Amino acid sequence: MLLISCPNCGPRDETEFHYGGQAHVAYPESPNDLTDREWAEYLFYRENTKGTFAERWVHSTGCRQWFNMLRDTVSYEIHSIYGMGQPRPDIKVPGQSSQTDKPGEFTQTGEFGQTEPGLAPGAPTTGVPISGSTAPTSSEGV
Amino acid sequence: MSADHLPEHPDFLWRNPEPKKSYDAVIVGGGGHGLATAYFLAKNHGMTNIAILEKGWLAGGNMARNTTIIRSNYLWDESAAIYEHALKLWEILPEELEYDFLFSQRGVMNLAHTLGDVRESVRRVGANRLNGVDAEWLDPEQVKELCPILNISDNIRYPVMGATYQPRAGIAKHDHVAWAFARKCDELGVDIIQNCEVTGFIKDGNRVTGVKTTRGTINTEKVGLCAAGHSSVLAEMAGFRLPIQSHPLQALVSELHEPVHPTVVMSNHVHVYVSQAHKGELVMGAGVDSYNGYGQRGSFHVIEEQMAAAVELFPIFARAHVLRTWGGIVDTTLDASPIVGLSPVENMFVNCGWGTGGFKGTPAAGLTFAHTIATGAPHTLNKPFALERFETGALIDEHGAAAVAH
Ligand SMILES: Cc1cc2nc3c(=O)[nH]c(=O)nc-3n(C[C@H](O)[C@H](O)[C@H](O)COP(=O)(O)OP(=O)(O)OC[C@H]3O[C@@H](n4cnc5c(N)ncnc54)[C@H](O)[C@@H]3O)c2cc1C
Ligand SMILES: [Zn+2]
Repeated sequence: MLLISCPNCGPRDETEFHYGGQAHVAYPESPNDLTDREWAEYLFYRENTKGTFAERWVHSTGCRQWFNMLRDTVSYEIHSIYGMGQPRPDIKVPGQSSQTDKPGEFTQTGEFGQTEPGLAPGAPTTGVPISGSTAPTSSEGV
Repeated sequence: MSADHLPEHPDFLWRNPEPKKSYDAVIVGGGGHGLATAYFLAKNHGMTNIAILEKGWLAGGNMARNTTIIRSNYLWDESAAIYEHALKLWEILPEELEYDFLFSQRGVMNLAHTLGDVRESVRRVGANRLNGVDAEWLDPEQVKELCPILNISDNIRYPVMGATYQPRAGIAKHDHVAWAFARKCDELGVDIIQNCEVTGFIKDGNRVTGVKTTRGTINTEKVGLCAAGHSSVLAEMAGFRLPIQSHPLQALVSELHEPVHPTVVMSNHVHVYVSQAHKGELVMGAGVDSYNGYGQRGSFHVIEEQMAAAVELFPIFARAHVLRTWGGIVDTTLDASPIVGLSPVENMFVNCGWGTGGFKGTPAAGLTFAHTIATGAPHTLNKPFALERFETGALIDEHGAAAVAH
């Protein structure tokens, strides 16, 4: 079972949440102009990443708020939890993007806005603290 | 129904050859579907210069992890046609493959627990009969008669209000099915190459001409993908996308018991399904984990819910011990139907998206996919399951329509 840190309520069991699939899939700007192929892409085609995946969850039996999460689909480790509408954090996952990273060390950089002063690595860029903990919660399935 | 009647372990039913420099066709994935495809390519189409490439050991993926339920009581015409064709093949394959894989037509019941379930089930019985699929509607007393250990009292949370029943459905010994196909493939000259992971594809323009593997590069004229949970990973290597999401699905077994469970019982509503294996284990499954995953393990809360449902339906299970749990990675589509046919890459063909229920489809998947690979065109039975349906909107929506998904 995953232990998921809701940005509003803190760490809770996976059973309190519902899964919403891939994050950052925007509704088409002009749906009427789409070809059947493009419409199919929007409706049915999602990334199925083996590795670090950006996805949405909703805390359905808690605050009922949606949020985004970066999770490894092989180890089930949760790398980051961040707000809806926030860009995907540029996290260097050990063994994937940089050899020099120490395990569990994450950085957020450039393209997606500034890392706010005093914010824990991996914490949401909104500055909403993940209650009680500074580092991203890692958890795994059974 | 005892261990004495199990077929011999195949020591060893096939060769383990070195990969050749080139083949007429390469099948990626040595699960049931890959083996059946190679078998029918050789038998029906005379293609024998072919190889099955398997990254692990033969049939160690979902083929070794499934709960072996075989039935064809699907709702829609397209599904009924392909699964019923599979069931007819299951009925003749032990003789054809000259290997007894203990196909046991002990019947499958799909329980109904709500008025909605009842209406949906009765509708499906009608649809099945119109498609020539054997199906009956049973009232609770008839359910009890067929499976005496089922609790049909009406003071439980979700009482049994009846069930659909397919008498010709049942189970087969999955490992032995794989070995049966592997032995025949080998006899027909197919190279089964284990520990050989496909890591990339070689293309000439948009045409595939070879595969890169952990055991070197292999040239080939045609590639058939039968990689179940990893289909989209391979498609990405080949440069196209699939509308597939991979999810962990798990199952478990109890220790051995005397025969107590004479049929297969499935419940979509409380989500548990149970059969008793030939040796005596109670084999049980439930739903997939909600999230995408490649970890080959499942969430504990799924097991908790499944056990709660099982104990309410079968009170005598309260004393049974769980011996072993495991997970597989299933490739699901949004209409809960498989994708079998051509791909956007020339000479590359896809067989995937069978999700939680592709074991039963193994013979028909193999037969129709072999036809597609050999002729470059769909078979009548797999034509509706083409990738284009996500564009045309001609979806085959079996979600919920065909009882529990397995
Ligand atoms: C717990 C569980 C219960 C199930 N219960 C049922 C059931 O009761 N009835 C039913 O009909 N279905 C059931 N299924 C579904 C069924 O098992 C699958 O739909 C079916 O096995 C898929 O086809 P396959 O047998 O070829 O897949 P697999 O056996 O998974 O074959 C795919 C193979 O591809 C290999 N592969 C992957 N990537 C590569 C690569 N890059 N290079 C080389 N090889 C590669 C894998 O190692 C694997 O061996 C169940 C599945 C699970 C997990
Ligand atoms: Zn919350």
